[in-house]
Amino acid sequence: MKIDKTYEGSFHIVGGDFSHAGEASTELKTILLSAGVEDEFVRRVAIATFEAEMNIMIYATAGILRYTISPEEIRIIAEDMGPGIENIELAMQEGYSTAPDWVREMGWGAGMGLPNMKKNADTFRIDSVVGEGTKVEMIIRR
Amino acid sequence: MKLKEITEILSLRPLTPAVGLEREVSGAYVGDLLSDVMANAGEGNLWITLQTHVNIVAVAVFKNLSAIVIVNGRMPDSDTMDKAVSEDIPILLTGKSAFETAGKLYQILNAQNLQG
Repeated sequence: MKIDKTYEGSFHIVGGDFSHAGEASTELKTILLSAGVEDEFVRRVAIATFEAEMNIMIYATAGILRYTISPEEIRIIAEDMGPGIENIELAMQEGYSTAPDWVREMGWGAGMGLPNMKKNADTFRIDSVVGEGTKVEMIIRR
Repeated sequence: MKLKEITEILSLRPLTPAVGLEREVSGAYVGDLLSDVMANAGEGNLWITLQTHVNIVAVAVFKNLSAIVIVNGRMPDSDTMDKAVSEDIPILLTGKSAFETAGKLYQILNAQNLQG
């Protein structure tokens, strides 16, 4: 597959379902690799997507990860039905996390997810409503 | 250096014999925070960790890591082993600590670099 038009797809992610962690991002990575895009681009997309996927798994009841691949960029929207984030500024700080202990024991919840997403994305936008959910939108350019 | 040589020198115990050790190790990264490893480990690195759950395989696949070394005599869950085999990621065990394992490996890789 060569990227000569726009490809869209989505993954449904179930909260707490750690045995399937990383599957959406792995699949997306495979799609991009088979399209023959640059390794560095795939790496950035994979990390950003994996972090988004983990956040849904850790915090939300369920969520959806949508992607649009065009010749120049990928747009990823991760939207969940979760508790929402009270203080986004705080949540964006590296090292800040509200993850429960058992999640931290697994090595997740180190407060690096959102910063990692922002670092790897060219455009990063987060909107959250407490009690409703969170939406992260990222654009990563080749 | 080949993973097989490192396995022998450090007396690591391969837990996934179905996965070959004929791969090149570019260096190593030590970490138990998965996001840190995702952000900072390098391609072909050996990953030294005490984490044992199934998500370590997904991280290793992502970063194209050469292998996972689980320290302190810890034993991974069976689903971790299954996933490692299906994803072609070798898991190696040691009773030593992360400090000892990384220290020894650092020496070996450095010596090899000096030899050119």
